[in-house]
Amino acid sequence: MTFRHATIERNVLLLMVLTLITVSIGGLVQIVPLFAVESTIERVDGVRPYSPLELAGRNIYIREGCYTCHSQQIRSFRDEAERYGHYSLAAESMYDHPFQWGSKRTGPDLARVGGKYSNEWHVAHLMDPRGVVPESIMPPYSFLQDRPLRGRDIAQHLKANRAVGVPYTDEMIASALVDLGAQANPDADASGLLARYPKAVVGDFDGNPRLLSEMDALVAYLQMLGTLVKFSDYSLKDLQQ
Amino acid sequence: MDFPELIAFLRSLWVVWFMALFIGIVAWAMWPSRRRRLEEHGQIPLRDDR
Amino acid sequence: MSAIAAVDGPGVPALTEVRVRPAFEPVEDVVRAFVVATMFWGIAAFMVGVVIALQLAFPILNLDLEWTTFGRLRPLHTSAAIFAFGGSALLGTSIHVVQRTCRARLFGGDLMGWFIFWGYQLFIVLAATGYLMGITQSKEYAEPEWYVDLWLTIVWVVYLVAFLGTIMRREEPHIYVANWFYLAFIVTIAMLHIVNNLAMPVSLFGSKSYILFAGVQDAMIQWWYGHNAVGFFLTAGFLGMMYYFIPKQADRPVYSYRLSIVHFWSLIFLYIWAGPHHLHYTALPDWTQTLGMTFSVMLWMPSWGGMINGLMTLSGAWDKLRTDPALRFSVTAVAFYGMSTFEGPVMSIKPVNALSHYTDWTIGHVHSGALGWVAFIVFGAVYYLVPVLWKRPALWSTRLVSWHFWIATIGIVLYITAMWVSGIMQGLMWRAYDELGFLQYAFVETVAAMHPFYLIRALGGVCFLLGGLIMVYNLWMTTRMPVEAGVPAGQPAR
Repeated sequence: MTFRHATIERNVLLLMVLTLITVSIGGLVQIVPLFAVESTIERVDGVRPYSPLELAGRNIYIREGCYTCHSQQIRSFRDEAERYGHYSLAAESMYDHPFQWGSKRTGPDLARVGGKYSNEWHVAHLMDPRGVVPESIMPPYSFLQDRPLRGRDIAQHLKANRAVGVPYTDEMIASALVDLGAQANPDADASGLLARYPKAVVGDFDGNPRLLSEMDALVAYLQMLGTLVKFSDYSLKDLQQ
Repeated sequence: MDFPELIAFLRSLWVVWFMALFIGIVAWAMWPSRRRRLEEHGQIPLRDDR
Repeated sequence: MSAIAAVDGPGVPALTEVRVRPAFEPVEDVVRAFVVATMFWGIAAFMVGVVIALQLAFPILNLDLEWTTFGRLRPLHTSAAIFAFGGSALLGTSIHVVQRTCRARLFGGDLMGWFIFWGYQLFIVLAATGYLMGITQSKEYAEPEWYVDLWLTIVWVVYLVAFLGTIMRREEPHIYVANWFYLAFIVTIAMLHIVNNLAMPVSLFGSKSYILFAGVQDAMIQWWYGHNAVGFFLTAGFLGMMYYFIPKQADRPVYSYRLSIVHFWSLIFLYIWAGPHHLHYTALPDWTQTLGMTFSVMLWMPSWGGMINGLMTLSGAWDKLRTDPALRFSVTAVAFYGMSTFEGPVMSIKPVNALSHYTDWTIGHVHSGALGWVAFIVFGAVYYLVPVLWKRPALWSTRLVSWHFWIATIGIVLYITAMWVSGIMQGLMWRAYDELGFLQYAFVETVAAMHPFYLIRALGGVCFLLGGLIMVYNLWMTTRMPVEAGVPAGQPAR
């Protein structure tokens, strides 16, 4: 048989190009409009970037793979609304890099867990889940309590977030380290923090004033989840995509 | 025509294109005169040397 | 050996008498290494699976250590199963198949082959050790951080070049359809991997990064990636395996080559749209969800076309199922493929998904695909490949293959039935109201109700692991058998 390299080469490259085109269509049609169509993200007030402590807490949530058992996405059903609260808006996760909607509820949804339990409850539960909820199958996270939060580079984290589109201001970045400590210290002056991050919950989350621990950060994050949008200000029509 | 309308219009069209393309591929592959040649390719793995 | 001799009999067509001498020397050490890696990672994946299944039944097994919590081990299990076990099988068989069906030596030869092998193994080790230390993007099936993603991209490009290069210098004029599926797997995974992992590292010397996309767009891109990791990694790639190894094992050409062409184009076109069915009733806009559902349902057709093509290849040779338990794995795999590609479209229908989503039903569905389809088609291929690659007359024991088959099948049945019951039950409990109009169950009551099913599921996993260990023992003994002179390797002893 004659070996016609050129034809053959064209054929396999053609096959590859045709395959690429075929598999690109679906993605383009579904993904591009989500960026282009403005109504994809509802226009609501209150959603803001995470405060430095909340962001550090979120990074612990990500590190521990909490998404493997907890969703953060309440679907539009009556039972979910009664169990967890108002259905989740796209706007509420608009600064989430990455999103943590999850796909499995081995444990309950956490999209609106903020403010539902006290700090003490969260700490006791994370230390020993079965001490608080006997039937729970959650792993204990007691190591968070004694571990100092590594937050020296928090400004870098804010900058990286700004690079991917989160509107952190220069002021926020400059005061990131101060804000990180201030949110976990009830005695500190929190006015600057609250001006930059409205509704931020300030407190000694882990009950140990001597140490800014990973527990402080994680509980600070859990306590703000789903608390930013004031739903009484909106009708269902306002929230249409 | 604004953007959402354009999207809606294109979406409806995709189904038509997809069906036409699909029917085209099926017709090409199943065309009786190609049967012999195409089914012959099925022998390729059985011809390789072990 | 006596059991093997029985393979030969009336109804088995005589082997081609004239053997064409190969005009090329295929790269085989690399394929052998991939086969060993496949078995190693398979056992690892099954073992971690059993551990995390038991953790859900007995949370004390989290050991109160940060490295052994469910949250860190679960990505270890999924990545070990998909990328380490499945990936090693795909890379190894694709290198084997592309050389044989093109009758050309691997482009780049041993050097390129070994780079692909060790590069890919390094990717696995980097990813796995990262998970244990808490280095993760927390995007499902895309957990490795940016530096691991970059490394995989390099390895993948080399792999693509080697694969394409081999096809370009082939002697066979036609590109066999198995190679189409492998090629679609390679290029589509490259596209998905790169887009879904675009990220901004916090610093060049740290592991942490922030994903480029946020919220609803990130969700869509993640499940465009996630579902097509299923579609192109766990389906298209393994269909390539099916289109080569089932004809080889049955010694018959594929039932309809023309159907395989239709199968290819319709499958790759439709699959890519199915992602949004992971996001029904969420903040993803409705039109996207509906589109995802529609295409997921349509996907049922090419999937079953492929299944029919695989199964009907056996027509006229069904008796081989009795005598060749390795073929039984391949054929059962196709049957499980048919089952889970029927279940998938059903679960993508919005009202069904309203019940099934967030529950164990999804986990059961994934495992009927992962254990029944992916692992079984790999087992069938590896049982065929080991005698061929190690030039042994046959497997050490077909009886042990039979034992493996039945133990693993029972394991799968236990697993998926337990998950059906627990998933549907939990879904119904979540939405149950009492006569006064209040939610009937607290969340934790629905957790407690899962306990017996988690035990059954773990038992199923133990069966599957046990089967895997039997296989490793059998293969190990096969490689220790003497090379039999005069008997062409891979042929049943006669």
